[in-house]
Amino acid sequence: MQTSAFDRYQAGDSAIHRLDPRVKVIITVLFVLSNVLIPDGAWLGFVLALTMILIITNWAGLAWDFVLKRSLIVLPFALAAVTVIFAVPGVALASIHIGPWTLTPTDAGLIRFISILVRSLLSVQMAILLTATTPFPDLIHALRHLRLPQPLVATLSFMYRYLAVLSDETTRLLRARRARSAQQPGMHSGGPLLWRARVAGNMVGQLFLRSLERGDRVYKAMLARGYTGHLYTLNPHVMQRHDWLMAALALAVLAAIQILSRL
Amino acid sequence: MPIIHPDASTQAIQQRLAETAAAPTLRVERLDYTYPDGHKALSDVSLDIQEGEKVALVGPNGAGKSTLILNLNGIFRGEGRVEVAGMTVEKQNLPVVRALVGLVFQNPDDQLFSPTVFEDVAFGPLHMGLPETEVYARVQEALAQVGMSDYVQRLSYHLSMGEKKRIAIATVLAMHPKILILDEPSSGLDPRSRRQLINLLRKLPLTMLVSTHDMLMVKDLFPRMVIMDEGRIVADGPTASLFDDTDLLEAHGLERPHC
Amino acid sequence: MVIASAFSPLTPQLHIPDGFLSTAVTLVFWLITIAFVSIAARRLQHDFDERLAPLMGILAAFIFAAQMINFPVAGGTSGHLLGGALATIILGPWAAILVMTAVIGAQAILFQDGGLLVMGANIFNMGILTALIGFGLYRSAAGRSRRTKLLVAGAAAWLSVMAGALSTSLQLWLSGTSTLNIVMPAMLGVHALIGVGEALITAGALAFIMQTRPDLLSDAEVTQRGGRAWIVVGAVITLAVILLAPLASANPDGLERVAEDYGFINAGLDSPYQILPDYTIPLLGETSLSTIIAGAIGAVVVAGLVILLAQFLRKSASSDQQLATD
Repeated sequence: MQTSAFDRYQAGDSAIHRLDPRVKVIITVLFVLSNVLIPDGAWLGFVLALTMILIITNWAGLAWDFVLKRSLIVLPFALAAVTVIFAVPGVALASIHIGPWTLTPTDAGLIRFISILVRSLLSVQMAILLTATTPFPDLIHALRHLRLPQPLVATLSFMYRYLAVLSDETTRLLRARRARSAQQPGMHSGGPLLWRARVAGNMVGQLFLRSLERGDRVYKAMLARGYTGHLYTLNPHVMQRHDWLMAALALAVLAAIQILSRL
Repeated sequence: MPIIHPDASTQAIQQRLAETAAAPTLRVERLDYTYPDGHKALSDVSLDIQEGEKVALVGPNGAGKSTLILNLNGIFRGEGRVEVAGMTVEKQNLPVVRALVGLVFQNPDDQLFSPTVFEDVAFGPLHMGLPETEVYARVQEALAQVGMSDYVQRLSYHLSMGEKKRIAIATVLAMHPKILILDEPSSGLDPRSRRQLINLLRKLPLTMLVSTHDMLMVKDLFPRMVIMDEGRIVADGPTASLFDDTDLLEAHGLERPHC
Repeated sequence: MVIASAFSPLTPQLHIPDGFLSTAVTLVFWLITIAFVSIAARRLQHDFDERLAPLMGILAAFIFAAQMINFPVAGGTSGHLLGGALATIILGPWAAILVMTAVIGAQAILFQDGGLLVMGANIFNMGILTALIGFGLYRSAAGRSRRTKLLVAGAAAWLSVMAGALSTSLQLWLSGTSTLNIVMPAMLGVHALIGVGEALITAGALAFIMQTRPDLLSDAEVTQRGGRAWIVVGAVITLAVILLAPLASANPDGLERVAEDYGFINAGLDSPYQILPDYTIPLLGETSLSTIIAGAIGAVVVAGLVILLAQFLRKSASSDQQLATD
């Protein structure tokens, strides 16, 4: 199914799935913060954080490597941090000569690089768990309850609804372009660069005008059902005792991680 | 979507809904409508629909069918008079009128604008100011009417075209309208979904005005037919006798259904 | 799997993941971003009609979808859109900030493309900076010929990408994650190319819109979305990019020294992480607390300046409108 690309939600009925989305959002953010606060090379802290990820994964009924595999998407960005291996002063580990330059990786540099990478992987793993166990509409509710400005929440809500619709429209545009552009062997398809850019620009422009018209039609459909400028919705989420308990437990674990990684 | 609980101003809609009289369900008198760009889309349109009638609205593209429909619950405001259940369509009546006229748009992706089916069906009742328990009850009831009770928690974009169309109908049924107005309900449906939709429309005990190109459905479902062309009503009468008038049909680009 | 193709190897370079920025940098950029976004939200609630609610969401989805549209450039790379400059030109700066915030937020939450805690920095780089520079420059072309407008729009799009790349490199450097002399030329070099795709598609899309619906981009519309003061904003950021980028690329040590002299960073790379000492007992030591408080004060000052600027821009916009109606 084409639309499944938008939904990282894995349906389930675990304690994690049922947890109030507000609690999940806050715990996720605090977990990420906790990772950033774990000092470089405090491996115990990182291991404990990973354990927390694995326990939640298991609790949510997901495969144990579910988040580990998906978290690898941060790796390309690691390139930006590679330079710290050679920049942080410390004991030289080797000396690499490339042309006129000499690179000296240091122990401190390597520790710092790995720490950055591990922080990043752990953080994205928790974010994946959040999306995998919480339907996006529930996340939108949670954000509203966490006092995000109303225009932003409404924008997110309508955006989520029309993401698939517009990307299907785009796919059709792209397919039509492909159907019309033949390619000679050894030549670029679709004419000179400027021409190709112009075609892409036209497609974007067309998509914009269609979106504008859709905005108008949706607005009319809302008017027809009594919309007067205020958006009402019911509040299906009420904090239960186990929500508070889980929140407290998670906070205690995060505090413990911070203390243990500083011993 | 943002959470604001309905307040006193929306509760007043309830009171006024209760006061609506048992006048003709829909009365349009000498309605003219001109678009802001000067294009005249409706001229001198008059139409009466009694309670319980099921009426088809046919005509070529650009005849003014959609413009007329948008005038019936005050999204467009033309010159002339539109009355729903004895209530004039004018600014101070709009909240009530919009609950009385259930308008289903052609493209269900425009009609279903909330992430989940529940939120979409609850949108109308919530904006009418109904209390929470009543909203839940209405959502259940409306989805049951269109045979989609199991779909409450589904995401709108996961639905098939036929399912979307039926849920679009549920979104207005939940408002308990006096008249159901549908724009091209059978367009874009495969034969089986179309059949299901026709059966659903037949079953619904509601006054209906349906704009369509589907002449077979007209013959099947609607005892009365209104033909529009170039912004005017050119014929209004029993479907069977209008279908016999080949010259009339041909003059307005329509075809008599075979079989 | 359409979406996967939207994020070709070229895009994610501005979407910073969590873990790459220090707490202080994260905090400061959150405060700046919150200031901008809440002003945008308040302004849109007051100044615009109720039809904006669905429109903004659909246009955010549009930006998302438009990022899927690419065109082959050379050697297997392709040009495509980030969309910040286009959004600000067709929507005005405040609406664009909100739309881009939704886009970047959804990318982080739905696809883990960009981190949660560093989202403030990502929104600043790809949504706020692009909106300010893009609208500011385009606003300066009001009343000029179509050709000039398209050229300026293209330049604005290119600069918006460069500004984002510049700011990303500075954030990484201030966090002690990268050395400036490598990350800055690399980032700017790659994005100078990516920016060309951005410029071409933005100008192409605008040309199409001007042809089909000229009313949407008429001078009256554009001046109504923001007053002349925006030109100053655009010029200042442009100047900063133009001056800072070559300076930092050619002489990163210079920038580093300036930063040290003025106490932005203490002593080169490892120092930002001294903010979080690993020798003290749990919680935050005295030094770290004071640094964070200093950072917070700095951010509050910046936020205050932003609010003042917003008021100034609003006044000048309304006086412009008065001129137009007189």
